[in-house]
Amino acid sequence: MFENRYRLRPAPPFRVPVGGGVLIVVVDSATPAVTAALASVDDTGVELLAASVTVDARAHGELLAPAVTSVLAKGGATPKDLDAVVAGLGPGPFTGLRVGLVTAAALADSLNIPAYGVCSLDALGWAAGPGRVLVATDARRKEIYWAVYEDGVRLTDPAVGKPADVLLSYGAGPLSAGADPRPEPHAARLLDGTRAAVGDGAHRYADILGLPVLDEPRYPPAAGFAALAADRVRDRMPTEPLTPLYLRRPDAVLPGERKPALR
Amino acid sequence: MTDQPTARDEPLVLGIETSCDETGIGIVRGHTLLADAIASSVDEHARFGGVVPEVASRAHLEAVVPTMHRALADAGVALSDVDAIAVTAGPGLAGALLVGVAAAKGYALAAEKPIYGVNHLAAHVAVDTLEHGALPEPAIALLVSGGHSSLLLVEDLARKVTPLGSTIDDAAGEAFDKVARLLGLPFPGGPPIDRAARAGDPSAIPFPRGLSAARDLAAHRYDFSFSGLKTAVARWVEARERAGEPVPVENVAASFQEAVCDVLTAKAVDACRAHGVGTLVIGGGVAANSRIRTLAEERCAKHGITVRVPRPKLCTDNGAMVAALGSHLVAAGVTPSKLDLPADSAMPLTTVNV
Ligand SMILES: Nc1ncnc2c1ncn2[C@@H]1O[C@H](COP(=O)(O)OP(=O)(O)OP(=O)(O)O)[C@@H](O)[C@H]1O
Ligand SMILES: [Mg+2]
Repeated sequence: MFENRYRLRPAPPFRVPVGGGVLIVVVDSATPAVTAALASVDDTGVELLAASVTVDARAHGELLAPAVTSVLAKGGATPKDLDAVVAGLGPGPFTGLRVGLVTAAALADSLNIPAYGVCSLDALGWAAGPGRVLVATDARRKEIYWAVYEDGVRLTDPAVGKPADVLLSYGAGPLSAGADPRPEPHAARLLDGTRAAVGDGAHRYADILGLPVLDEPRYPPAAGFAALAADRVRDRMPTEPLTPLYLRRPDAVLPGERKPALR
Repeated sequence: MTDQPTARDEPLVLGIETSCDETGIGIVRGHTLLADAIASSVDEHARFGGVVPEVASRAHLEAVVPTMHRALADAGVALSDVDAIAVTAGPGLAGALLVGVAAAKGYALAAEKPIYGVNHLAAHVAVDTLEHGALPEPAIALLVSGGHSSLLLVEDLARKVTPLGSTIDDAAGEAFDKVARLLGLPFPGGPPIDRAARAGDPSAIPFPRGLSAARDLAAHRYDFSFSGLKTAVARWVEARERAGEPVPVENVAASFQEAVCDVLTAKAVDACRAHGVGTLVIGGGVAANSRIRTLAEERCAKHGITVRVPRPKLCTDNGAMVAALGSHLVAAGVTPSKLDLPADSAMPLTTVNV
């Protein structure tokens, strides 16, 4: 899985591969990195033809569509050449995450091609290399989205929480004084041999997590999405609903008592 | 639908609206309405007494594609047939707007169509063209919705819209919603107050007319204020409750509604006369109110002003109004927006398109 199954060829323009390969577009907006890529999938692997990554947590809505246009142009493709859309399902901050998902859904619907979803943490886990790693992205409010991977395969459900609480449920690192020391057997096993943490959230909270942090990748890489959806693309699996991994409920408060108008 | 003939050479435009709690996708050809598909999350907000932005945004994401399918099926057209895609780019709830804007971009780029990011409020005005044909210019527009209450001088609906005045506190629709809440009527409050008012006496309670006294008119001739009215209603109702007397909901509703409609129409007629304008168009959710229609017609008739109010379904948020404005912009030769167009939750009234 971690051999050179994909090659990133940086210099445009490319010819769209003829014969065999099918063309996919990847979009992910689950993190501050607004990512679009054009890739070719064939029986031998996935080839990234063009990628666009811009880190800007506040401009997903402005950046993503032009990025899709630009990767198509760099790859010498038109929208009609596309065979599938692959989208990062999050978890991620809601507003930005929805930009990628609705863009992907609209592209797939408009072109009448299937859409496939990939958990955005999985793309980081895929890229993190062999062994056991904690993947963490920034969830704002001093929290992280996280999951644990072994050889690129996810062992835990994607979750959101404070980095210190993650340690409790995950069972890694020093417990803060007074905290409930409850490394469960399963969590304790997870801890064994975890070699590193990866992702933007790991960088931000490295001191709390207490694990070595990999420099790269910091954000979910386009190649990971393409690789993780490749089997579905090849098998021409039916389109999937692109259901966002929100992991948090909307903030909403029920109205209180009517305030008196008479004093 | 209008009874105007549909000319093939008129622009076929699809409009996407997600600024609040309605996911609307409409399709028009010229001034002819072909589809007006709507999915609403209003029921999910009702118990909160107002729209919860994140709940609305989540609902938009789920509703966009199915609503698109319904609109295309209703109109009997394919996306490849449309000449342009218009989308509400503001004002509205930031997260909600962004769903529609990103969807419009995805559809526009995949189908290789021009995109127009348009002003929701200008669309509330433009929707009337679907009912009554091209808007005579100049016109005065009275825009009364859940978030806005403004008088506009419309010299060119595609390029020159000038605000004359606005509410200095609550919007008219907001006042309906708040008064409904204190009368124990459901959200949104406009329709139940309108209904209750039919059985009430509009002159039963003399509620205040905001910014209508001579000294207020000097500085606020075309401005509105509804927060004092809302408080007056709250005090009146509470005094009744404290006295252990029943609240005559119908009379309160009718008297409140009369106070709102009185001020709105008086100032609208004043604006028409002061600017020598012969057309008043009323738009936004409150334009669906039955009393504002009759009162505006009554008062305008006295001064030879023509009133145009679209049918109620077109007054509240929908995609057809966005398509109508888009169609007008295409016909007027306005340059499309760029694919990096932003959603602007505070888009000013003077911006028709971005
Ligand atoms: N029959 C009616 N009488 C009075 N008010 C009404 C009626 N029907 C709807 N409304 C009001 O219209 C408002 C909704 O209008 P609309 O959908 O145009 O507002 P919005 O889109 O929330 O606000 P904005 O357009 O300013 O962004 C609500 O406040 C509702 O109570
Ligand atoms: Mg509106």
